[in-house]
Amino acid sequence: MRPFRYARAAHLDDAIAAGSESGTAFVAGGTNLFDLMKADVLRPDTLVDVSRLPLDTIDDTPDGGLRLGALARNADTAYDPRVQSRYPMLARAILAGASPQLRNMATNGGNLMQRTRCYYFYDTATPCNKRAPGSGCGAIGGVNRIHAILGASPSCIAVHPSDLCVALAALAATVRVTGPDGERTVPFAAFHRLPGDTPERDTTLEPGELITAIDLPPQGFAAHSTYLKVRDRASYAFALVSVAAALDIDGGTIREARLALGGVAHKPWRDSGAEAALAGKPATPATFAEAAGIVLRDARAHDHNAFKIGLARRAIVRALTEAAGGKHP
Amino acid sequence: MPDSPRSTRPAPPPEPVAVTLTVNGAERTLKIAPWTSLLDALRLHLDLTGTKKGCDHGQCGACTVLVDGRRINACLTLAVMQEGRSVTTVEGLARGDALHPLQEAFIACDALQCGYCTPGQLCSAAGLLAEGKARSDDDIRELMSGNICRCGAYPGIVAAIRSVMNRRATDGDAP
Ligand SMILES: Cc1cc2nc3c(=O)[nH]c(=O)nc-3n(C[C@H](O)[C@H](O)[C@H](O)COP(=O)(O)OP(=O)(O)OC[C@H]3O[C@@H](n4cnc5c(N)ncnc54)[C@H](O)[C@@H]3O)c2cc1C
Ligand code: SF4
Ligand code: FES
Ligand code: FES
Repeated sequence: MRPFRYARAAHLDDAIAAGSESGTAFVAGGTNLFDLMKADVLRPDTLVDVSRLPLDTIDDTPDGGLRLGALARNADTAYDPRVQSRYPMLARAILAGASPQLRNMATNGGNLMQRTRCYYFYDTATPCNKRAPGSGCGAIGGVNRIHAILGASPSCIAVHPSDLCVALAALAATVRVTGPDGERTVPFAAFHRLPGDTPERDTTLEPGELITAIDLPPQGFAAHSTYLKVRDRASYAFALVSVAAALDIDGGTIREARLALGGVAHKPWRDSGAEAALAGKPATPATFAEAAGIVLRDARAHDHNAFKIGLARRAIVRALTEAAGGKHP
Repeated sequence: MPDSPRSTRPAPPPEPVAVTLTVNGAERTLKIAPWTSLLDALRLHLDLTGTKKGCDHGQCGACTVLVDGRRINACLTLAVMQEGRSVTTVEGLARGDALHPLQEAFIACDALQCGYCTPGQLCSAAGLLAEGKARSDDDIRELMSGNICRCGAYPGIVAAIRSVMNRRATDGDAP
């Protein structure tokens, strides 16, 4: 790692003031930042350690939802009894990610901000528009087995690697952010970006802004939801394709549906068109297959990832079937 | 914070910072560069070379230690970030000459070959027991998946952890 200055923030205000200096990075769990600093991909000259700010609690909200502190650890979030009982899809998604050690370190805010695992992004000897804007994309025409099938651009075909974020997208969470200009909230769907011609920006967070919490709405779809992750080995690997599926079912008929995919796009991929198409239909394999067709209607493969389209189709149907209760009415 | 902080300022001089940790029960104060990982602090500055460096990127678990009783990867945190906390390494598992029950079980179950991953496996297993989430062998496999063993000693590792879990369940007294 290159040398840097280190400062521990005692108060939110200190962190915000220090964080708006250029060349400064926040560090929480460090599990993504230090990985990338060791690879020389990120080179901050000052680190502001926010890990001891009192933003690590999980609290009930007046509307019946739950507020997840940005600095609550992924493990503590997944094992929180309220998350387990009211948002089991979220608990499952978190526990499908990384390893127990990493989940003990990783924070919820850091998980939202983690960078892509595209191999060219990590390899400073290759071109990458996300790492070095304007240098080109090593993955287009290179090895792109793990890359996007939806929402990609001629500049970047990377995918967002998070599991937790796929469940948050399906739950329609809200991100709470504080910056030099005060506090604001961002709907989850507007937090991560598609690459367009500025793939260096993963999110709509502005420089100096700190995530303080993630709010979950009251509806957790606890009775009929699941998170399905498909990967190259049984554990401790990133998703090739993952699906967060949630249904509100009334007598075999779907009242409301939520569907989001991971491993397929530059952001957690929630498809409200497919959700609308599920509503009012019987919870049957035919209905689920139709929804999968809608999600993948514009899917486009690159040289090595065509398998993801079929995989995603089957994963969507399986996840929705499992969410419905494994019953095939 | 920009997505890719790339500094235009010159690198700061390597000014050492003072870090105080309780390591295996003893308070230790170090003067180290702020970018020293907890792993390097243990191995290079405290001569506690039991904790291993496998990948240095969070991918293998060889560097697993317990901080305030919880297992973490020492390669992906800074020593200075752990200021004031209590660190247990493989050297701190035994009580004097009495091996930790997990260490005895690893020997009894032939849970290692070259032994390079073993300190991390032991600390991770200690963390797993403290977390209390594992019930079945499949749970043990899943919750030990952050520790890679290139020798493939996995069956012995699962058996060793299982045997300690079983003994605790029958004895009722946690080692
Ligand atoms: C081997 C390995 C396997 C993994 N597997 C998976 C997986 O399968 N699924 C998965 O989802 N993840 C996986 N991860 C990624 C892991 O979940 C992330 O690294 C972690 O969630 C990041 O959180 P952190 O607190 O450690 O972030 P840090 O490393 O501290 O920070 C990451 C980034 O977020 C910024 N940041 C941190 N907190 C805030 C905040 N509150 N506000 C604004 N910016 C902030 C930092 O400045 C930095 O840019 C894996 C990681 C490793 C190393
Ligand atoms: S896909 Fe994106 S992250 Fe990967 S090399 Fe291309 S520009 Fe970089
Ligand atoms: S050395 Fe830390 S996980 Fe491999
Ligand atoms: S015993 Fe050799 S790596 Fe595990």
